[in-house]
Amino acid sequence: MTVSTTAPLKHAGSLFAFALDTARASVRRPFQVREFLQQAWFVASVTIIPTALVAIPFGAVIALQVGGLIKQFGAQAFTGSAAVLAVVREASPIATALLIAGAGGSAICADLGARKIREELDAMMVLGIDPIHRLVVPRVLATMLVAFFLNGFVSVVGVMGGYVFNVVLQDGTPGSYLASFTALAHLPDLWQGQAKALVFGFIAAVVASYKGMNAGGGPKGVGDAVNQSVVITFMLLFVANFCMTAIYFQLVPPKGA
Amino acid sequence: MGVEVRVEGLTKSFGSQLIWGDVSLTLPAGEICVMLGPSGTGKSVFLKTLIGLLKPDKGHVHIEGTDIATCSERRLYEVRKLFGVLFQDGAMFGSMNLYDNVAFPLREHTKKSESEIRSIVMEKMEMVGLVGAEKKLPGEISGGMRKRAGLARALVLEPEILLFDEPDSGLDPVRTAFLNQLIIDLNEMTQATCLIVTHDINTARTVPDNIGLLYHRHLAMFGPREMLLSSEEPVVRQFLNAQRVGPIGMSEEKDADELAREADQELPPLPPIPVQQLPSSGVIRPTQRPPGEWCRENGVTPPPGSFAADVVGATT
Repeated sequence: MTVSTTAPLKHAGSLFAFALDTARASVRRPFQVREFLQQAWFVASVTIIPTALVAIPFGAVIALQVGGLIKQFGAQAFTGSAAVLAVVREASPIATALLIAGAGGSAICADLGARKIREELDAMMVLGIDPIHRLVVPRVLATMLVAFFLNGFVSVVGVMGGYVFNVVLQDGTPGSYLASFTALAHLPDLWQGQAKALVFGFIAAVVASYKGMNAGGGPKGVGDAVNQSVVITFMLLFVANFCMTAIYFQLVPPKGA
Repeated sequence: MGVEVRVEGLTKSFGSQLIWGDVSLTLPAGEICVMLGPSGTGKSVFLKTLIGLLKPDKGHVHIEGTDIATCSERRLYEVRKLFGVLFQDGAMFGSMNLYDNVAFPLREHTKKSESEIRSIVMEKMEMVGLVGAEKKLPGEISGGMRKRAGLARALVLEPEILLFDEPDSGLDPVRTAFLNQLIIDLNEMTQATCLIVTHDINTARTVPDNIGLLYHRHLAMFGPREMLLSSEEPVVRQFLNAQRVGPIGMSEEKDADELAREADQELPPLPPIPVQQLPSSGVIRPTQRPPGEWCRENGVTPPPGSFAADVVGATT
């Protein structure tokens, strides 16, 4: 078997084309409201609890790291501020993305992959219905919506986790933790976190759908597709995260700078 | 009224492997055709190429002035509304019950009210004998029932072209006979052009008006039923009579040694051509030719004993 050197480029190209098709189909009427609501509920139901469970230790770890570091500088008063900054800017979109991709994306990929190998997608196309419009668009939009709210949820839970950890275990004072909230962080930090969550939701759902709809070769093919979709999503998410952070720092200078 | 499907020089390969090349044939409007071929000769691929699910490398598929192989995506979705396709396993939507499955195309494509939809769906469910199973999920029923439900769904939009992907695989002989009868009756009622992809010899011998045979990456022969059933061409003869002697081997075609060994073997005589199965009404379908007509017109002597039960009104 020969592997052509252009094969990866071809896959990247068709993934990009798929994303464009999805974007184009998303403005086409009629919008599949029912499917959208069902999917949003489904993605939310598989991600909320794991996300909360991940967010608490995430906030605590940041408090631990930052708390230790900041004590060495003698700037304990800013612990709260640093924790908020880390959680809202980076930790929360990343935690959201991991869970959206790991729990939501893999479920979407498995679902579409099973439909693909059972010829359901073929049957749908033959019935004159575009599966991208009927199935993929509602899933992508639902995932973006859930990622958006999940990010807010993770931010809150993460900050609370940091607070509890700082106050109860690190002998921080509640007052200074809360008072320093706005010392370093400002509102655009939250907006960029939410924007990241939307983009991550889009990437996770598009990759999962693409891999699912191109699954082949029986049940093993579906398993492989799910596996690949999670790996590819993670790689893309971290690249996208880096780019968005870099752009954000160019557009919105850090507070006080 | 059915629609003609004209296939010209169709070629399809996956990677460097040629599936079949240069297939040209015409499915005449309103007639029943069967596409035969040994396992793995790309019969299902052919069917999927006809509906544009797979793009051929070369060639054209003309349907009502549209070339499926080159037309735009949008046009493709339009043309596909002419088709009803029965997939191998029925391809029912696993998340919906049978009723919603069958109603799905109507809800998506028409502005019919729920009561109108109900009457159409129930009519089709009755036609395939599934009344009482509407609330079942596809996972809860047998393969045969899924297949019949798939047929009901393929029929709701009144298709002009009906494609069947191995309707007999996984069905017992009795159900296969019923399904074949159903296909013939549907053809009589709706005049839809039918293409059945199968390797069931009995179906191929008694049901269609035309037979095609895919073999060794090309179309070996396509023509009226009597032409192929009376053919002396080795591949056609071997396949249609399920014999071991002939060019088709276990894995692929036989090699020269094997063929040389068989050279002096006496081939069994061609079996008699059976009468074509009639619709339940017992009246010859509009597109059906009287038994023996093709043989007479072309000066071919059918094997002795052919058309034995040649009485109009005999419903096999």
